[in-house]
Amino acid sequence: MSEGPNSNSRRSFLRSSLVLISTATLAGEAPALLGNQRPEEPLRFLNESERRFLFAAVDRLIPADERWPGAAEADVVNYIDLQMAGAWGRGEMLYRHGPFRKGTPMQGFQLEYTPAELFRRSILAINAHFTSQTKSFDQLPSEEKDAYLSSLEKGDIDLDGVPSNTFFDFLLQHTVEGFFSDPIYGGNKNKIAWKMIGFPGAYADYYDLIDKHGLEFHREPLSIADRTSHHSMISGTERK
Amino acid sequence: MPQKLKEVDVVVIGVGFAGSILAKELAASGLTVVGLERGHGRHSVPDFQAPAIHDELKYSIRKGMMQDVTREAMTFRNHHREVALPMRQWEAFLPGTGLGGCGVHWNGQAWRYQEADFIYKTHIEQRYGKKILDPDLRIQDWGVTYQELEPYYDRFERLLGVCGKAGNLNGKIEPGGNPLEAPRSREYPNPPMKEQYSGALFRKAALELGYHPFLQPSANSTRPYTNPEGLTLNPCVYCGFCERYGCEHFAKASPQTVILPVLMKNPNFELRTESQVLRINLDSTGKKATGVSYMDAQGREFEQPADLVLLTAFALNDVRMLLLSGIGKPYDPTTETGVVGRNYAYQTQSYVPTFLGEDVHLNSYMAGGASGTVIDDFSVDNFDHGSLGFIGGCYVLCGSTNARPVEFHPTPPGTPRWGKKWKDAVRRHYNHTAIFNLSGTSTAIRGNYLDLDPTYRDAWGLPLLRITFDFPDNDLRMSRFVTHKASEIARRMGAKTVVDSPRTGPFTTTSYQSTHNTGGAVIGADPSTSVVNRYCQSWEVPNVFVVGACNYPQNSSYNPTGTLGALIYWTADALKTRYLKRPGPLV
Repeated sequence: MSEGPNSNSRRSFLRSSLVLISTATLAGEAPALLGNQRPEEPLRFLNESERRFLFAAVDRLIPADERWPGAAEADVVNYIDLQMAGAWGRGEMLYRHGPFRKGTPMQGFQLEYTPAELFRRSILAINAHFTSQTKSFDQLPSEEKDAYLSSLEKGDIDLDGVPSNTFFDFLLQHTVEGFFSDPIYGGNKNKIAWKMIGFPGAYADYYDLIDKHGLEFHREPLSIADRTSHHSMISGTERK
Repeated sequence: MPQKLKEVDVVVIGVGFAGSILAKELAASGLTVVGLERGHGRHSVPDFQAPAIHDELKYSIRKGMMQDVTREAMTFRNHHREVALPMRQWEAFLPGTGLGGCGVHWNGQAWRYQEADFIYKTHIEQRYGKKILDPDLRIQDWGVTYQELEPYYDRFERLLGVCGKAGNLNGKIEPGGNPLEAPRSREYPNPPMKEQYSGALFRKAALELGYHPFLQPSANSTRPYTNPEGLTLNPCVYCGFCERYGCEHFAKASPQTVILPVLMKNPNFELRTESQVLRINLDSTGKKATGVSYMDAQGREFEQPADLVLLTAFALNDVRMLLLSGIGKPYDPTTETGVVGRNYAYQTQSYVPTFLGEDVHLNSYMAGGASGTVIDDFSVDNFDHGSLGFIGGCYVLCGSTNARPVEFHPTPPGTPRWGKKWKDAVRRHYNHTAIFNLSGTSTAIRGNYLDLDPTYRDAWGLPLLRITFDFPDNDLRMSRFVTHKASEIARRMGAKTVVDSPRTGPFTTTSYQSTHNTGGAVIGADPSTSVVNRYCQSWEVPNVFVVGACNYPQNSSYNPTGTLGALIYWTADALKTRYLKRPGPLV
């Protein structure tokens, strides 16, 4: 995979410290899109080694490029941490009665682990694998990270009871969720993912626009957290 | 000990569209009616208000409005030789819960079925002979005709304020509408929705190929409309948060907007939410229902005696309640005896992702739930199947219901699932990709059915429903044919890349397709192949009526709610004008 011109400096920075993400290492317009940096979010569920793996992994699943930040800069790890600490992570949104048995692919997820247990178990196995290597996953060059993630995706590896493709699909699903969900869930920082694709966000009244075919529509995306008065003001402006 | 409550005339199980309309009609006739709803009470204000309602993660991804899967899941297998396992989360289809049921989170696609649908077996065999039917197909007639249901379709469309343009008024073809629709007695109550850009491009290409495009009939109101109940809808603002969401604008027809406020004012009606019905109780003969048993949120069990029981709890839940209550003989696919659970069918969906140029700005997030331009040329039996070797068809729709980005970020074939190339492709194609939606017939076969699972149980200790289903080969052949036709239209639109992707088997629970689960308690003229007679009345226990898409002997190309509405009013009429005067079998 190709990388932006500053990827080396960024990588070396990430290797040395995970305390603060420096936007100065990102190329092009990305720093402006991210806005003011805040200190890294506290951890609710993840431990430091889990965070380090996830930060490096989501950074390869949705990498930064010359213009747009990636999942790591968009705080997707923070999103995952919050999800795993909550009802979803605890399995409180799944039917969890046994017996648990392996099904066909058409029968869907059948492991007895909660989402949080699945993440923890899998990452523990991955980190254990890398303790026997000279470098941890986050210290690998990008190409080697991608190769390892691809091997997880293929399902060649048993992650202490979790087929690695199950974990990979789970990780990718949560990465995409965290990248594109409303920022109230802790990812999609400064709505950068919405800005990247041109999604106007959570509030919308297009009665006067839908039949203006081909309209190039640009609007600052609106989050659920943006004040309601702001929502109505913006949509009122559009109508003119 | 269960507490025995004061007897009422009618108990309704499930307060969605069917439950609320039937309750309203009977309460207005002077009967005492109790509505038991397992979920919470909820209303447009404050429960569906923006911006909180526009939460993709909560409602679309975590299924915030759906049946509580932690308490009541369903099990699934493709074939009866396999061991069914629970669907541990909802993916392929989304049963609702709570006041208003699926009528809250539907899109409002408000179709009628064709005349041929109701006499499907007779029609197919007359037109093509029996040889066109694969041996395992089990299609049958409904026992009620389109002509009989037409006034009731009309009444439901007036209630919902359905928006569209008639194409066939009493047999006369009207310009601007769907010339292939079954004849309707009156124009739609409201004009069609605004056309999206993708729909306009589709319309042009479809016309060039000789098809008959029109705007989809919609229950997202297009103007202020006051329905016959005196309730007013507002125009839809095309917010792009419709299916899987409640409507904050009072624009989508739902029980909350078109009927419940009237029902709730009637002192003959009492709503009890968080009331989980455990079974319909029968007397010692097994031929008469005495009421229902249910449990409230505190875990207290009640017995509610009633003269009449209306089962209106969503297709799959209706079938399960019949099985849990021992009403009707369960279907056995090996001997082909029994009826409850028989003829379970679905919807054969396929999609044609159509990647247009980056200069074509579709703005697909500007969308009503039932937006879309559509052709009916390949639906049901609207085309000659004589040389094709299959029955059935699809409507072909181009338009969008949303462009919410967790769910919608299309990439062309060959794009990796992740990494820089994926990200680039998502950015490049997001606003320039139209997805055709093909909604296809689902043909009942011998091996597809519903019964009770022998292993897995719900939070009350009762067996889960077990679904045994795979796509009939007939339907996969049908999907290949129509999807290929749709792809030709997509190419005509000038698309850079068209993905001709017909439905393929096996059916999988892991990706959303449709919540149009049908059959299992089918309507008919013969008690050996149907659960209810032509008035949705149980053959076996005549004071139980079952009204839902579970009545459909096979599924048509179209979204089922319009036809359900016709059956609801048809049944209400039979109850009021015949059953109440002389309770007993109507056939």
